[in-house]
Amino acid sequence: MSFAWAKQYEPQTALTKWLDEKLPLPRLVYNAVGAGYPVPRNLNYMWNFGVLAGFFLVVQIVTGVVLAMHYAANGLVAFATVEHIMRDVNYGWMLRYAHANGASFFFIVIYMHIFRGFFYSSYKAPREMIWLLGVVIFLLMMATAFMGYVLPWGQMSFWGAQVITGLFGAIPLIGEPIQVWILGGYAPDNAALNRFFSLHFLLPFVIAGVVILHIWALHIPGSSNPTGVEVKQESDTVPFHPYYTAKDGFGLGVVLILFTSLVFFAPNVLGHPDNYIEANPLSTPAHIVPEWYFWPFYAILRAFTGDLTIPFTGITLIPAKLLGVIAMFGSILLWFILPWLDKSPVRSGHYRPLFRKFFWFGLIPAMAVLFYCGGAPAEQPYVLISQIATAYYFLHFLVILPIISQIEVPKPLPFSITEAVLGKDKAAEAPRAGSVGGGDTGTAPEGSLQPAE
Amino acid sequence: MTIRLGGIIAGLAITAVLLLWSLLPGAYSYAFDPAPEQQPSAAFYEHGHGPEGGFAFDGAFGKWDMAQLQRGYQVYKEVCKACHSLKYVAFRDLKQLGYTEAEVQAEAASWTIPFKDPTTGEMAEAPGKPTDYFPPVYYAGQGHPPDLSLITKARHDGSNYVYDLMLGYGEPDPAKAAKVGFEVPDGLYFNKHFPNVNIAMPAPLSDGQVTYADGSPNTTKDMAKDVAAFLTWTAEPKLVERRQTGWFVLGFLLFATTLAFLSYKQIWAGVKPKKK
Repeated sequence: MSFAWAKQYEPQTALTKWLDEKLPLPRLVYNAVGAGYPVPRNLNYMWNFGVLAGFFLVVQIVTGVVLAMHYAANGLVAFATVEHIMRDVNYGWMLRYAHANGASFFFIVIYMHIFRGFFYSSYKAPREMIWLLGVVIFLLMMATAFMGYVLPWGQMSFWGAQVITGLFGAIPLIGEPIQVWILGGYAPDNAALNRFFSLHFLLPFVIAGVVILHIWALHIPGSSNPTGVEVKQESDTVPFHPYYTAKDGFGLGVVLILFTSLVFFAPNVLGHPDNYIEANPLSTPAHIVPEWYFWPFYAILRAFTGDLTIPFTGITLIPAKLLGVIAMFGSILLWFILPWLDKSPVRSGHYRPLFRKFFWFGLIPAMAVLFYCGGAPAEQPYVLISQIATAYYFLHFLVILPIISQIEVPKPLPFSITEAVLGKDKAAEAPRAGSVGGGDTGTAPEGSLQPAE
Repeated sequence: MTIRLGGIIAGLAITAVLLLWSLLPGAYSYAFDPAPEQQPSAAFYEHGHGPEGGFAFDGAFGKWDMAQLQRGYQVYKEVCKACHSLKYVAFRDLKQLGYTEAEVQAEAASWTIPFKDPTTGEMAEAPGKPTDYFPPVYYAGQGHPPDLSLITKARHDGSNYVYDLMLGYGEPDPAKAAKVGFEVPDGLYFNKHFPNVNIAMPAPLSDGQVTYADGSPNTTKDMAKDVAAFLTWTAEPKLVERRQTGWFVLGFLLFATTLAFLSYKQIWAGVKPKKK
C-alpha cells in the first residue's frame, strides 16, 4: 500500500536498474523504511520504540550467535563455559553483558511500545492485525528470554526452570506428563538444558519473521499518530527518510547511552547474585524470582493464594495454583481481544478524558505495583497489595474499558493532522465552513472520526 | 457486543474469585492471626558497611591496587585455600596482578595439582604449570565451603560482604540472647554479618596471622580488605578494563548523539512550525 502521493522509487544507476528488474530489494527497502513510506508528521518520541525494538532484536541475535560459538549446552560444563567467555574469550565479557542487558533493554523498549499502544489505542481498526502480531511477538520474546536465562546454569536458571515448567504441572490430568515431556525428565537437567538452548537459538529467527509480518501489516493502513485522526492529505505526512530516520537516529543514540552505561558500569544490577552460583538441585535459594521483566506477571500468578472451593462442603473446584496460571496467561492473552473490548471511535487518549484518568491513575499505578510486588518475597503485605493491583488489572481491560468506551464524551478532534500541527488547515475550511481556525467548536465531530479511506 | 459482554462477565468473575477466595481470607489472617514468628537469630544480624574509605576499585574511575591484590593472594594462599577452592582462576591469570612470567611459573610450581596418570590409572600429583587452574580442595569437615572464584558476584554487594564477614565474629550479647532464647548451635560460630548469624566457618583471620612480603600492616582489618579486593578480582578480572572501555564508548556515543540531534533539528527545520 501507499498513499497516492508516496514517492516512487527510481533506480539511478545501471546496477540498480538491473537489480530492480531481477530482484527489487532496494525498492522494497525504499518503500518500507525509506522515502517511499509517508508517515504522519506529528509523531512524538513514543513512536521511536518500534525501531528501537528492531535494533535490540538485531543486537540480541548478533551477540547471541557469537556467544553460542563459545558456549556448551551441557549441565556439566555450561556454567564453566560462561566463565570461559567472561575470562578468556576476547571481549567475551562485553558480549555476554551486552546480551544479558540487551534482553532487559529489549523488554524496556517493548513495554514502552506496548503502553504507547494502550494510550493511543494503536490496536483499533484498521490496525488490529498489527496489534495481534505484536502480542505474538511479545509471547515469543517471553519464551525466548526465559529459556535464555536457563542457559548459564546458575541457581536461578535451574530453579526458575523448575518453577516455570511447574506451571504446566498445574493443568488437570495431563499437567504432569506435559511437564515431564517439556523438561525431558522429572527435574531440569541436561535434556532440558539442551532443548532450551536449541529453542533459544531458533525462536529469535521466528520473532524476526513475525516482525516482518508486523511491519508488513503496518504498511497497509500506515502508522498511527498522537491525534488518532487518520492521514487525509499529503500535508499530513512526511517521508520516513530522512525525517524519521533522523529522529530515530537521535533516539537510538540516547538509548544506547543508557544501555552502554549499564553494560560497562553496572552490568549485574538487573541480574540476581544467586545466578553466579552453579545450579545445585539439592539447595533451594531462599527467594526464587524471575528476571525483572516477568515481575508483573509473576505477581499475578502469586496473587491467587486460595483454592476456589464450594464453601462449607470442602469440595475444591479449581486449586489456587491453576487459578494463578490461568490468570497469568489470561492477563496477556486478553490483549488479543483488546481491539474488540474498547469500541470507542476515538483513538488517542488525549481526546478521551475518562479513559485518560483510568490510564494514568489506574492502569499505570497498578502495573507499577505489580512490578514491585513480583520482585518482593511472597509475604504480607505484598500479597495483599498485589491482589488489589491484579483485580484492577483485569477490571481495567475487561470491565472498565468496554464501559467507558460506551459512556465517554470525547473531546473534539482536530480536522486533520495538519491542523493539529499548524493550528489551521486550508482543506478544513471548504467542507466545514462553520468552524473557525484551530479551535474546533463542533460538539459532535462525527465527520472526523472515520479514517480517510 | 458479545465480546464486550463476555469480557465484562469474565472480568467480574475472575475479580470475584480473587477477592473472595484469595484476598479476603488472606487479609483476615493478616489482620487477626499472630504474625509469623521470626527466627531468634534475626535479632542479631547487623548490616555491614565495608571498609572505611572503600576499595581502590570503587567508583566509575576506580583502579586495581596491584600491591593489595598480591597481598590478598597471599592471604588466600596461606589461609583460605585450606578449605576453599578457586577453580575458575588459572595460574597464568596471576600475571594480571603484576607478577612476571618467571614469577608466575615459580608460583604455579609451588602448588601440587592432582591428575589421573594415564599409564597406571592411579591418581598422581605434579607441580603446577601456568596453564593449570587452581586445584580442587578436598574438605573433610562438615558443610561445603563454597568455591571462592565468583563469591563477590554471588552475594549482594559482594566485596563489602566478604570484608564484613571476616570481621563479624564475636559473641552474641548475652542479655539479648537469654531474652529471645538464642544459642549458637554446636559446631557453628556466631557472625553478626552472616545472614542467619550462625556460620560453619570459624574466624579465619587474626591480627598478624599473615606476614606480608612487602611488610604492610597485617591487622585483621587489613587482611580482610586485601583478601576481599583479591576475591573481587577473581570474580571480575575485567572490571577495570570494562570501565575504561565504557568511558571510550560513552564518549563516542555522546559525540555521535549530538551530531544525530543536530541533523534531526536541521532536517525538520522546514517542517516543524515555529513555537506557538
